[in-house]
Amino acid sequence: MDQVRYEAPETLDAAIALLSDDTTASTIFAGGTDVMVQLHSDLIEPEVIVNVKNIPDLIGIEEIGGVYTIGAATPVAELQEHKEFCEAWPGVIEGAELIGSVQVKGRSTIVGNLCNASPAADSVPPSIAAGATVNIVGPNGKRKVAVEDIVTGPRQTSLKKGEIIVSTTFPARPPHSGDAYLRLTPRTEMDIAIVGAAVNLTLDDLGICTTARVSLGAVAPKFLLVEECANALIGTRVDKNALYALGKAASDAADPISDKRGTRDYRVKTIAVMTLRAAERAVKRAREN
Amino acid sequence: MATILEESGFNPDADLKVVGTNPVKHDGLDKVLGRAKFGADVYLPGMLYGKIVRSPHAHAKIKSIDISEAKKLPGVKAVITGADFPEIPQGSGWGDMSRTTIAREKVLFDGHPVAAIAAISEQVAKRACKLIKVEYDVLPHVIEVEDAIAKDAPILHDYMRTKGDEDAPDVPTNICEKMVSKIGDIDSGFASADFIVENDFDSKPMHQGYIEPQGCIADYSQDGLVELWTCTQAPFVYRDRLSAILKIDAAKINVQQSELGGGFGGKTGFYAEPLAIVLSKKASAPVKMTLTRTEVFRGTGPVSGTKSRIKMGCKRNGKIVAAEAELYFQTGPYTGSMYFNAPNAMFTRYDLPNIYIEAYEVVSNRPKVNSFRAPCVPQIVFGVEGLIDDMAKKVGMDPIDFRLKNAATEGHTTIYGDTWGPVGFVETLEAAKTTEHYRTPIKSGEGRGISCGFWFNRGGETASTMTLAPDGTVTISTGTADVAGSRISIAMMAAEELGIDVDKVRVKMSDTNSLGFNRVTAGSRTTFSVGMVVVDNARKCIGELCRRAANEWGVAEEEVKFENGEVKPASSNVGDFAPMSIGDITSKTTMTDGAIVSSSSMNVTGAGPGFGVHIVDVKVDEGTGRVDVLRWTVIQDAGKAIHPLQVEGQLQGAAIQGMGWALNEEYIYTQEGQLDNPGFLDYRMPVASDVPMVDCKIVEVPNPLHPFGLRGVGEVPVVPTMAAVGNAITAAIGIRPTSLPMSPPKLLDLIEKRDTLYP
Amino acid sequence: MAKAHVTTTVNGDEYEFLCEPQQSLVNVLRDELRLSGTKEGCSTGDCGACSVMMDDRLVCSCLVLAVETEGKHIETIEGMGTAENLHPLQRRFLEINGLQCGICTPGILVAAKALLKKNPNPTETEIRFWLAGNLCRCTGYDKIIRSVQAAAEDLRKDKSNGNHS
Repeated sequence: MDQVRYEAPETLDAAIALLSDDTTASTIFAGGTDVMVQLHSDLIEPEVIVNVKNIPDLIGIEEIGGVYTIGAATPVAELQEHKEFCEAWPGVIEGAELIGSVQVKGRSTIVGNLCNASPAADSVPPSIAAGATVNIVGPNGKRKVAVEDIVTGPRQTSLKKGEIIVSTTFPARPPHSGDAYLRLTPRTEMDIAIVGAAVNLTLDDLGICTTARVSLGAVAPKFLLVEECANALIGTRVDKNALYALGKAASDAADPISDKRGTRDYRVKTIAVMTLRAAERAVKRAREN
Repeated sequence: MATILEESGFNPDADLKVVGTNPVKHDGLDKVLGRAKFGADVYLPGMLYGKIVRSPHAHAKIKSIDISEAKKLPGVKAVITGADFPEIPQGSGWGDMSRTTIAREKVLFDGHPVAAIAAISEQVAKRACKLIKVEYDVLPHVIEVEDAIAKDAPILHDYMRTKGDEDAPDVPTNICEKMVSKIGDIDSGFASADFIVENDFDSKPMHQGYIEPQGCIADYSQDGLVELWTCTQAPFVYRDRLSAILKIDAAKINVQQSELGGGFGGKTGFYAEPLAIVLSKKASAPVKMTLTRTEVFRGTGPVSGTKSRIKMGCKRNGKIVAAEAELYFQTGPYTGSMYFNAPNAMFTRYDLPNIYIEAYEVVSNRPKVNSFRAPCVPQIVFGVEGLIDDMAKKVGMDPIDFRLKNAATEGHTTIYGDTWGPVGFVETLEAAKTTEHYRTPIKSGEGRGISCGFWFNRGGETASTMTLAPDGTVTISTGTADVAGSRISIAMMAAEELGIDVDKVRVKMSDTNSLGFNRVTAGSRTTFSVGMVVVDNARKCIGELCRRAANEWGVAEEEVKFENGEVKPASSNVGDFAPMSIGDITSKTTMTDGAIVSSSSMNVTGAGPGFGVHIVDVKVDEGTGRVDVLRWTVIQDAGKAIHPLQVEGQLQGAAIQGMGWALNEEYIYTQEGQLDNPGFLDYRMPVASDVPMVDCKIVEVPNPLHPFGLRGVGEVPVVPTMAAVGNAITAAIGIRPTSLPMSPPKLLDLIEKRDTLYP
Repeated sequence: MAKAHVTTTVNGDEYEFLCEPQQSLVNVLRDELRLSGTKEGCSTGDCGACSVMMDDRLVCSCLVLAVETEGKHIETIEGMGTAENLHPLQRRFLEINGLQCGICTPGILVAAKALLKKNPNPTETEIRFWLAGNLCRCTGYDKIIRSVQAAAEDLRKDKSNGNHS
């Protein structure tokens, strides 16, 4: 961290040019809530810090026909203040709201939460469950990638040198849909998830689950999108038996490590409980919609 | 030397005008305006920034330290290592203290300082730290007590033999000390018991968790005087310890305490201060050093983690007849944990005929422990009050009635040999019984726990001056620290005694040049002890005011009296003189005998023991083992609450600190012996949304040795906390947790164990 | 050393300073501008002692780069009130004893003010969750919450009396 340069480009092209330079180690700086900590504990030692908050493409919340596109540098606080988005995706908001304190949410972004690539990030499982995609621009043009395909392991992403996520897109929702995210932490706030579970589902007019996506956090090197969990719900009324099968499928899918935040055994046990409770909450919402 | 006021003047029927009210504290205004100056808030001309290089190893020999590259970096003004400190033999008290400050032969914990740098900016100092090359020879390390006392344990100090254990073989050990305490005959005690309960308990170190990291600025002048500005609970103790380890005359060191951003015992010993002084001397400039939060966790003292086995027996009628304990305390790499408090306090509050306690202090590769409210007691009382509850259940008694049955009262002789005057344990228990909280039935699915605690309360060396200004206002200098509002309480006692408005009194935290030695602000001693010397000073000033008035009126001193802030004739026979206020007299000192000042120094005794009862309601999530604390009530004997809001603040703060210790706070180490959670993210202190309001009920059973009857209040309220939470959890889940913290994974395991035991 | 030149507004006053690109805002507020009312307790956004407002948004100044405050408006505890004209929060913290040692107090006051601006009538739970990012080790939070509740009531009364100061 001897000679750090600070850049605040105003266009995507300028940002990509800076980030694509093979000769310098760069870091994207949006909310900064992870980067600042890593910078000052020497976890990262970039030569150039690229503040992307001055690029208009990365700021704002847009809705077209029920499809939401969230600029990558939009702070979580703005998302929380967007009444319609909160009503459409309460589970995503539940995850985003857990990214630190009010102070942190004044700065942090869901894309930053994703790109930090911690398997415990709270806004990622609900985004995966939602079927969200990210819009990437890089030296070789644009691409769209499902959120679940970004993080490949702890602190590792599938983003290539020079690429930058511009925004996240959440699909339109059919009626009778609901999502929820629950995490387990010893405290009520200011903690990192020991496990986290997101459920997003849609019911038909008779109350039978037609589609479901279940994503788990902090139980594997990367976020899981568990088909067996979804299958436990689809075709059922999300009754006791379905919930039990869901919990079991979540435990079976989990392959966590033991660390300071929880043991493997504890995580395997509690992911079942949290997934089941998230599903109860999601189905309640779906029935009300 | 005086140890106490000859006559305390305590009057239970006194018509108090100031004591017992809640004036705004004088130091508060600058604090809400952001103007108060804490340890890191002072900047001096020419000031440099100091940074510490710390060991990444838990246990290693230092082979070499190469500082040449760091010295070459532009902007670096001084680099120091252990070689820059006076040589003091290892194994001695001062030698240990000097080595805790900066390592010599070996590093003994992750975060142990090995070098320090002063540079023109923090950024340059940080860069220079990376240029220091230390070669280590890594040694096997030991973290936990059970590993440290094992036969083949890595030994920290080849010279160590167990003090107080004559039977121990003459071989190196990690057990520093053994202490045996007893009353009566333990075997016959247990033989007469109808019920015996016994369990193993353990606890992890917790950190005091003050929000202000240590910050100081040292200025070593060219003629050898040291000015040190620092956040401390013990300016005089710092001075004398610095004098000893740096070999500088105490008179040449002046310690000025800053506002203290929380201490709770953790700022009773220094860390960066000696380094800052040596850097300042070498660089010939003031050096400021502020610890980072990571450094606070890795490098400063938490409390002792413990391991214990406790056994108690009672009769069918609920009378406890025997209590036995074997206790082990972590102390970090060197002796000095205050573990002796535990045997003295763990059972004290109950009248027990037979007690036998063996206590051991053990070194391991952890940071040196430091004090925390009621040092070494709450984590042991966790076990004791758990067993008390188990006994109450066995004999079928209400837990408060069971404790009342065994409560010690006035005239009780303790295990440490004191015989008590009036004490308020019974009154506190009875007050707990009448609280709305205790009388409200618990909801199904929730659990309620109660627990009790005792603390000695302390006195000790206390010196203070009182100065009356020409306008009649009063300045008090104290050498104790204000850890959370003692200045206002001291001003109130002075105002009461002098019969004036509290806003006419100002209390200043003095530097060490200006006063005689004051013991550390700790042990719930400050408001009590300073109260003694302040009342003494006020009485001396009143005597002088009376003398001056008598002189002016041409009457004998006995013919005047001091009442409600005025000197007046003692009776109408003396003459028709208009009463004189303090200001009437002090405004004329230029024509009389000069300024009216008073100084008092005592080695205060007579502190009255304190007792508290806590009632806690919890709900346990049986799917995850997570605990929600729903309701908390603290009942405590304050003797006399000088400033009731401040007393409540002490009780509430202690309760929530204990809640953190009970549920989540712990030091977690990696296999390599490195602290794995050195930050607020993973060292889980309670946040505002974790806790309920804390109701308080202040009981007042006066301590007649104090002019206003007060007892210290700061330590007692943390003592019962973990046991109260533990008893509540036991009531909720039907099985007793015995390991602190009672974190979700442990509780989920217990719940599963319960379901196997009682399907 | 390539230092950056930054112009920013703090409590209504324009300041210019030089900083290294990686320096945090709290570091510059304290060490360069000597506005030491903002406290640094952890440098990781976990304690809230360094809370300030930046363009009307509550942030931890330890998580903000000083260099990115170019052209921004910062409000710190020093701009909140004066001895003669205390903010109701400051007054209530004094009266109710919402502070003990006082190190967390500036951050809590700044955070609480931001809450009451957004939500003039918060429940106890809302206050507790809003302040979850502000650690206090002295008080157990009880009197902090009560102080905020009392100040909220004061502000609501002020407003209904037509006093918008």
